[in-house]
Amino acid sequence: MDLSSALSIAWPELILALGALALLVLGAFAGDKSTKLVAVGAGVLLLIAALITALGPLGSAFHGGFVQDQAAAFSKAIIYVVSAVGILLGTPWLKRVGNARFEYPILIVLSALGMGMMASAGDLIALYVGIELMSLAAYVLAAFQRDDARSSEAGLKYFILGALSSGILLYGASLIYGFAGSTKFVEIAAAVQTGAGTGVIFGLVFLMCGLAFKVSAAPFHMWTPDVYEGAPTAVVAFLTAAPKLAAMVLFARVLASGFPGAVEQWRQVLIAIAVISMLWGAFAGLAQKNLKRLWAYSSIANVGYALVGLSAGTPEGVQSMFEFMALYMVDVTGFFACLIALKRAGRAMETFDDMAGLVRERPGIALAMTAFSLSALGLPPFSGFWAKFFVFKAVNDAGLYWLSAVGLLSSVVAAFYYLRLIKTIWFDALPAGPTDRSPVEARGVAFAAALFSFPVAMPALALLEPLARRAATAFLGLS
Amino acid sequence: MSGILSLVTFFPLVGVAAILLVRQFAGNDQATIKRNARWIALVTTLGTLLLSIILIARFDQAQSGYQFVERIAWFSGATYSMGVDGISVLFVVLTAFLMPLAIAASWESIQDRVAEYMIAFLVLECLMIGVFCALDLVVFYIFFEGGLIPMFLIIGIWGGKNRLYAAYKFFLYTLAGSVLMLAAILTMIGLAKTSYIPDLQAYHFAPAMQIWLWLAFFASFAVKMPMWPVHTWLPDAHVEAPTAGSVILAGIMLKMGGYGFLRFSLPMFPAASVYFTPLVFALSVIAIIYTSLVAFRQTDIKKLIAYSSVAHMGFVTMGIFSGNLQGVQGAVFQMISHGVISGALFLCVGVIYDRMHTREIAFYGGLANRMPWYAAVFMLFTMGNVGLPGTSGFVGEMLTLTGTYSASTWTVLFAATGVILSAVYALSLYRRVVFGELVNPRLNAITDLGLREVAIFSPLIVGALVLGVYPRFVTDVTAASVGHLVEAWRLSVGG
Repeated sequence: MDLSSALSIAWPELILALGALALLVLGAFAGDKSTKLVAVGAGVLLLIAALITALGPLGSAFHGGFVQDQAAAFSKAIIYVVSAVGILLGTPWLKRVGNARFEYPILIVLSALGMGMMASAGDLIALYVGIELMSLAAYVLAAFQRDDARSSEAGLKYFILGALSSGILLYGASLIYGFAGSTKFVEIAAAVQTGAGTGVIFGLVFLMCGLAFKVSAAPFHMWTPDVYEGAPTAVVAFLTAAPKLAAMVLFARVLASGFPGAVEQWRQVLIAIAVISMLWGAFAGLAQKNLKRLWAYSSIANVGYALVGLSAGTPEGVQSMFEFMALYMVDVTGFFACLIALKRAGRAMETFDDMAGLVRERPGIALAMTAFSLSALGLPPFSGFWAKFFVFKAVNDAGLYWLSAVGLLSSVVAAFYYLRLIKTIWFDALPAGPTDRSPVEARGVAFAAALFSFPVAMPALALLEPLARRAATAFLGLS
Repeated sequence: MSGILSLVTFFPLVGVAAILLVRQFAGNDQATIKRNARWIALVTTLGTLLLSIILIARFDQAQSGYQFVERIAWFSGATYSMGVDGISVLFVVLTAFLMPLAIAASWESIQDRVAEYMIAFLVLECLMIGVFCALDLVVFYIFFEGGLIPMFLIIGIWGGKNRLYAAYKFFLYTLAGSVLMLAAILTMIGLAKTSYIPDLQAYHFAPAMQIWLWLAFFASFAVKMPMWPVHTWLPDAHVEAPTAGSVILAGIMLKMGGYGFLRFSLPMFPAASVYFTPLVFALSVIAIIYTSLVAFRQTDIKKLIAYSSVAHMGFVTMGIFSGNLQGVQGAVFQMISHGVISGALFLCVGVIYDRMHTREIAFYGGLANRMPWYAAVFMLFTMGNVGLPGTSGFVGEMLTLTGTYSASTWTVLFAATGVILSAVYALSLYRRVVFGELVNPRLNAITDLGLREVAIFSPLIVGALVLGVYPRFVTDVTAASVGHLVEAWRLSVGG
């Protein structure tokens, strides 16, 4: 394959990379007054990249290191759009807190580029480069409020633990390379087909630990609540959605195209991680008072559900993971948009107490938050129910009935904290005081996401399902 | 008349839209919003009642299959399917019948957030009717579970002192049961490759699998019913819920459990149903005797009636699993009859609660002196609760007992004591509240039933008496479907 055709496959990522550099130059010369222009430019870049990804050619390039298949196209289109929403939510937010720096949109674009690499990674090197690009930008984003001690703390914690996990992941990758003799997933698969030796399995487990850290699955979740609590809310809205999908796709790809012969081995690890995540997310969330922390535990539990889909070890399982993540991302983005939209006397409203009686003060936002809570709880007819429906159907079809029973019962435990939020919003006494006027973009995103959660998601299933099934065709080797 | 079921189901949402519009345009004029919300809710529920009457008038009683079937493709996991048979059509009518009464009962007692209250009830009506109309397992589950949300809000916002505890308990108990049912539903769809209920009823699940699926469905329906020992959420929910909430809870939501047994457990898992019949009989008998005794010891009127509901539901589960025509017919009849009578009893409690704001039995006494009409109405429904011949309560108990007799004589021997025990607690409640000397001076000023209350009770009185004297209004509608159900069950278990 010659260079031009290889480049044509990687067009969206090339646009993002070159565009981000151009915007960086623009910002460096024009200073922070160009923030708005840079933000618009970055958003446009992401949307163009999403469009090209969705409609552009498929294939693999750079000797199989970069794969543009249905799965990559599906997830990257979503990732880029959601990242654009991250810019939409974050830039005005930073301006309001007096921190309107032009780096923010550029960092999001670079992070999204890293995610694109992760979703398209065809070998261990591309995998590592993608993860690091995504993560390094994310560390800076978490610490973006640099005058705020909590934000700096969040960034530092994220960085140190992230670096540790990268080290573990790299160690696993080097073991796999040493024992399988190649970094390409396809060649590793061929080497493992005849039976995975202890060395490869050892490396695979290390690799999975590193990836579990990136999706914040328990027991590698320790950074999540602290980072979510300290990082700027707009950044959390970004971190909790797109990077998770990218890491999940990567998870699926490494396991499905790199180790189809070792399904039985990696399934055990996945099931263990999934069960611990679901239970820990449900039980530890019960004690939370801060909503950002609460949603961190909620996301740990939800990642557990997504991993349940993967641990079915079938193409249907991968398909259900895609469906789950697509539906879940709308919910979390919407929820954090609600938190961005709510302020009382200039102070962010982040605790349960702040939400008391909210429905009397802000019925619209209160309804949206109720919808997101019920959706995260997995109650029909909200979109979160369908997400769980697909995942547990896939795992049931794979014969793991006990796993779906554990998952569903853990959702009953988690129901308590979602109900507590609804109770605080609806039943508690009058709010402590009037809330500030909400920024229009946060309100818009919140309402759009709530409308998607119910009722748009239900008819949209007819559309989402074939798309996710096509995306999962990349993993047919599993069956 | 295709499409009438969707119309009946979603018609209440028209009222929701209207209330939202009024709220939008009335601005801060709370009085206008309140007045309009009440009237819109009443008119909408009456409209739904009218539609349901049209539905049952056009219903062909001779057919045992599903009628007015609607099917629209959705996604691979489910289709949007609606349809009713002789069993479910009655529950649709019961729901539509009780709903306007519930709205009217809240007319004056609810003053806070009236628009939201009415919206919650209208949404609840939509979901409850949907449960009985759904012909797709997934659609059924959406309606079944969705009903938790409005009920949670109704108990939590407009409930009594301890409403928070009751609302959580109601939600979490029901959810825990339901998620197991969801796991079973997913398994069934995976095995049978369909979620269409008639197809699933024709599908033969392996006996070993049936056991697990039956247990999962049982977990959900037993909580909903509720059966001993998972009934403990019910007294709390009833006591804390506003009057109308109790009426709907006892009148309709409990029936979803019995309906579920008839629609799913018996036809889809016949072998497992036979296997577990002794268990159900034992739990039913315990429920009848134990909760009757517990009811006798209550000091709160609502709690007493709530426990009596559990006891009466014991007859229903017993009748359903007797597996013969009389027993199942009796169970369906008992559910309809209990919907009318327990609804009326909760309304009776509501009448004096609205006036005195207490439900303590000891507070009352001698009400007959001040409220003769109320005493008469309360008497009628107490008798109905006891199962006096001539009221609808008698027919259901009689049929379930005779039906079960051929299945298990011992069960009937114990269950029949429940008939006496119900007289013990119900009559003693009536004596302590209505008869005797009027000792409490605060009761001197209590007023008898007003016009609105008479209007609420009249249809219920007619219902209880007409069904008691001429039960064929119900049994004729259900006969074909129940006959088919029982026959299919007998064939598949080879009895």
